[in-house]
Amino acid sequence: MELAPYLILGSIEGLVTAAVLALMAVGLSLVFGVMRVVNVAHGEFFMLGAVLAWFVADMIGGHPAISFIAALFIAPMLVGSLAIVADTTILKRINYDPERTIVATIGLLYIIQQVTLMTYGSNARPVEPPFNQRISIPWFEWTESGLSMYWPWGLGTTTYKLAVIGFAIILLLAIWLLMTRTRIGLIMRATQLDRDVAQAYGINVDRVYAMVFGLGAGLAALAAVLIVPIQQAHYLMGHDPLLLSFIVVIIGGLGSLAGTVVAAVLIGLSDGLISVFFTPTLAKIIATLIVTFVLIFRPSGLLGKHRP
Amino acid sequence: MTKTSKPILKPLLTPRLTGRRQVLKGAAASLALGAVSMPLMGRYAQTQSAEPIKIGFQVHRTGIGAAYGRWYDRTTMAAVDKINSEGGINGRPIEIIAEDDGTDPKRGAEVVEKFATQHNADLAFGTLFSHVVYGSAPRAGELKIPYFVVSEGHHVASGALNRYTLQPGITDVKSQVQAMAPFVADNLGKKVTMVYPDFAFGHDHRDYFSAAIEAQGGKVIEKIAIPPTETSFTKYFPKIPRDTEVIYHVMVGPAVLTFVKEMGEFFGSSRPEIFGFIDSLEATDLSSPGLEFLEGTYFWEGNPRYAQANQSEYDKAYRAAVGVDANGASVSDTKDVSTYAHMFGCWETLHIVKAGMEASGYSGTGDRAKLIEAVEAMTDMPHSHAHPQGAKRFNGKTHQTFGHQYITRVNNSRLDLVHTTSIEDTLYPDEVDYTKQSF
Amino acid sequence: MSVSETNATRPAAKPLTNVKKSLYFHVGLIGVLFLLQFILPAYHHGNLARIMVLASYAMGYNILFGYTGLLSLGHAMFFAAGMYGMGLPMAHLGWTPEPALVAGFVAGIVVSASIGFLALRTSGVSFMIVTLMFAQAGFLTILYFGEWTRGDEGFVIQQAERVMAGFDLSQPANRYNAALILFSLCLIFTLKLVHSRFGRVMIAIRENEERTQMLGYDVHFHKWMAVIMSGTMAALAGAAYALLFGYAGATFASVQYSIFPLLWVLLGGAGTALGPFIGTLFMFYLIDLSSSFTTAYMLIAGLALVLLTLFLPQGLVGELRRRVMPWLT
Repeated sequence: MELAPYLILGSIEGLVTAAVLALMAVGLSLVFGVMRVVNVAHGEFFMLGAVLAWFVADMIGGHPAISFIAALFIAPMLVGSLAIVADTTILKRINYDPERTIVATIGLLYIIQQVTLMTYGSNARPVEPPFNQRISIPWFEWTESGLSMYWPWGLGTTTYKLAVIGFAIILLLAIWLLMTRTRIGLIMRATQLDRDVAQAYGINVDRVYAMVFGLGAGLAALAAVLIVPIQQAHYLMGHDPLLLSFIVVIIGGLGSLAGTVVAAVLIGLSDGLISVFFTPTLAKIIATLIVTFVLIFRPSGLLGKHRP
Repeated sequence: MTKTSKPILKPLLTPRLTGRRQVLKGAAASLALGAVSMPLMGRYAQTQSAEPIKIGFQVHRTGIGAAYGRWYDRTTMAAVDKINSEGGINGRPIEIIAEDDGTDPKRGAEVVEKFATQHNADLAFGTLFSHVVYGSAPRAGELKIPYFVVSEGHHVASGALNRYTLQPGITDVKSQVQAMAPFVADNLGKKVTMVYPDFAFGHDHRDYFSAAIEAQGGKVIEKIAIPPTETSFTKYFPKIPRDTEVIYHVMVGPAVLTFVKEMGEFFGSSRPEIFGFIDSLEATDLSSPGLEFLEGTYFWEGNPRYAQANQSEYDKAYRAAVGVDANGASVSDTKDVSTYAHMFGCWETLHIVKAGMEASGYSGTGDRAKLIEAVEAMTDMPHSHAHPQGAKRFNGKTHQTFGHQYITRVNNSRLDLVHTTSIEDTLYPDEVDYTKQSF
Repeated sequence: MSVSETNATRPAAKPLTNVKKSLYFHVGLIGVLFLLQFILPAYHHGNLARIMVLASYAMGYNILFGYTGLLSLGHAMFFAAGMYGMGLPMAHLGWTPEPALVAGFVAGIVVSASIGFLALRTSGVSFMIVTLMFAQAGFLTILYFGEWTRGDEGFVIQQAERVMAGFDLSQPANRYNAALILFSLCLIFTLKLVHSRFGRVMIAIRENEERTQMLGYDVHFHKWMAVIMSGTMAALAGAAYALLFGYAGATFASVQYSIFPLLWVLLGGAGTALGPFIGTLFMFYLIDLSSSFTTAYMLIAGLALVLLTLFLPQGLVGELRRRVMPWLT
């Protein structure tokens, strides 16, 4: 494939990755920013979202669009509720101590994985996309008769992939509105800035924390429902997205939602584009090292205001 | 069928129940052992019957190999039920002691130690993933416990392991791959692009197939190695050259379905010939959404998933015993597709263990060396109830078996047999002589 | 970090006695471990040898995390540096174990010094992520050079090659004692370090980095040395693992193996010399025993972790120190 069409293909693929990553990372960033804890089980909430989407689709049946829309609501709600339970029964009781939270959420990770393995099983299962048409993308080239259009071999995408990108943009805008234009958002930001002062002003910090933890998990689950028609639900699928979203959150700058989104797009795109120029594994190594060096020379992240 | 007195069909009536009881028996015994560390307790608990042959079953219950492990487990339990209902080994029943290795080489080594030193098992058996085999085999050699792997890796025959490690039940990847080259070159094309995972298993495919296709006058024009952690693949497909005649793909892990789907989306309606290893779709329903484009593509299968027109009575009985229907899915859940191309290896290996123990007059762990010598002495194994996948030829020097390979074509979302390779197609010169190593 | 405030705020009276008490206790433990080899059944004998090697890995981790307060998520890279630094020359150059072990040691120093130099430009959560990313790049590099490393499959170091100073390290007794020597060296090194002037600065950095800086200590240098000591100890454990158990593979460089030492140290008690060993021992037998009566052993391990954080927040040894033995280092 010629370079230009290849770059376009790489960009589209990168944007799909970025869309899902941004949603998941924003969830993690909220938890990170407001509660100051590292939630190692965040990837498992993602996985649960995908697995629940499969269960919902399997139970409802009918046209894939119906079951998919149902999954879009049911899976994040269930996962969010589970996270709230985990917050009030475990994290609250250990007082959100950073190190103990790591161990406790590793424990949670084991529990969620094993229960999923025992109920859902070890297979990777697909969920049918609500719609999925292949679109070929044209490209232009100079010929003797001037600029002409042609259809490069293999250059294409699917309607569903484009929809994922669009849907993620809408959701991210909604979260931004929630955080900046609503009372709930104000309370969350106040708690993030200074927990004690917020409490002194009569904010029920415990409830804010539970809500934030639930919202974060719900976003992870939502991201998973979006991706599961492209990738399959599998009980070990939470691992890599967890690492990637951690990286996105740090690169973007702690607690900065805009930074998180920018970082997700950068990482998604670089993953898609670097693979154009190098052999795949070498591309992964280079992409990983680039991100690392960005962090080393800009430790507070791209848009971060203060050191984490 | 329920009234038949054929012993082979007996497990059909209670396959799961018996299987579970076996597991529980093993679990109870090991609990007792673990709790008090008295290796002899288990023996005295079973006075009413002959002392069982204890086989430590290293199973991938968790981790990346879990989908395979589940079916290896079912096949193993079915084989044990069959052997036991036919009188066991030398009149002694087989008892399976299953331990999860988490598909991890470190835990794998620990599990082998547990079989050898705590359960006092007669042998260890059943590993699939190559890295677990590599991690465990040194310990098996040091503890002098026979280690029968069902992994299809080239590790045994390459000479990297030891005299206690054998692979008599399944052909290795080197044989599988080289046996495909004549068919691919003659029927599909000579310019091949390979897509494979960027780790040892994929590198084996790359190296052995490149050599084999060149011997047929063909050429691998591009090699695309995919990092094992990858979850999306479209961005790699433009690396496939335009003049590719055949795409050769092999993928493993939970992302395989995404891989195959995205390959279909990439090519749209104009695709080259596609030849894949069924590993790319093992345990996956061929009628899954997005796989329609596979119509007319070809697959290697170790054992055809769909019952073929020329199905042997052996395959029929084996399917029934394991609880797999004519489409390769579980009889109790048609969506639960088996790892049919690989799991026969467990069944056949256990029958070889039985034959080896009976030939050597095996009576206890003191006879382990005799067991290995007896297996090393084996050569041709006929197509039979013990070898439902087909005839085998075992090479005692390299500890590796060689057998027929199957090439199937996707027709109406099922795989129909189009070619069966000969055993000769799979042979290659010996790379090691384990019989020269001392015990 | 409240794990060991007792250490820093302890009154200065009779410091020597406490140091000695702690030293005698740990030397006594080494003695017990030595004697155990004569009475343990074969299975547990083998397990303990392995646990001692892995505990050495965790002790290396503890130097950085428990005593200096730096949370790394990339220690598998150091473990693998030792493992491959030793294993590759043996597999491809035919080296004997003695020089190969030195090569593993040197590989540990080089990798930890360079990674530490870069990663210490960051702190806090960024340090976590940077170490994690370096380790991920390291893991992929091992796969990339599969021709030599055999990637995920790894390679076997044959029994005949594992003879060091005349001792066949594949024999249970030799293996056990080799593991014990490594373990004892790491434990005594940790104790010496913690009681040294250098170690006290490390602890001071953990407790309050800015104040330590103001007092005129070169914080960056101390942190760098802590990374090097920690990484090199992890590398030694990695080399020992390959040598004693005959296998090197990329699994040991994966993220999972970076999280293990963190888990072991937190379970046993961060900032205690013995914590890493107790944590490793506890986790090993938790999984081993539960896996023999249920296939859902991960569930049990998960529940145990949650319960431990709820009820034993300072880890097993940390709790012991808080309640019974305040003099424990």
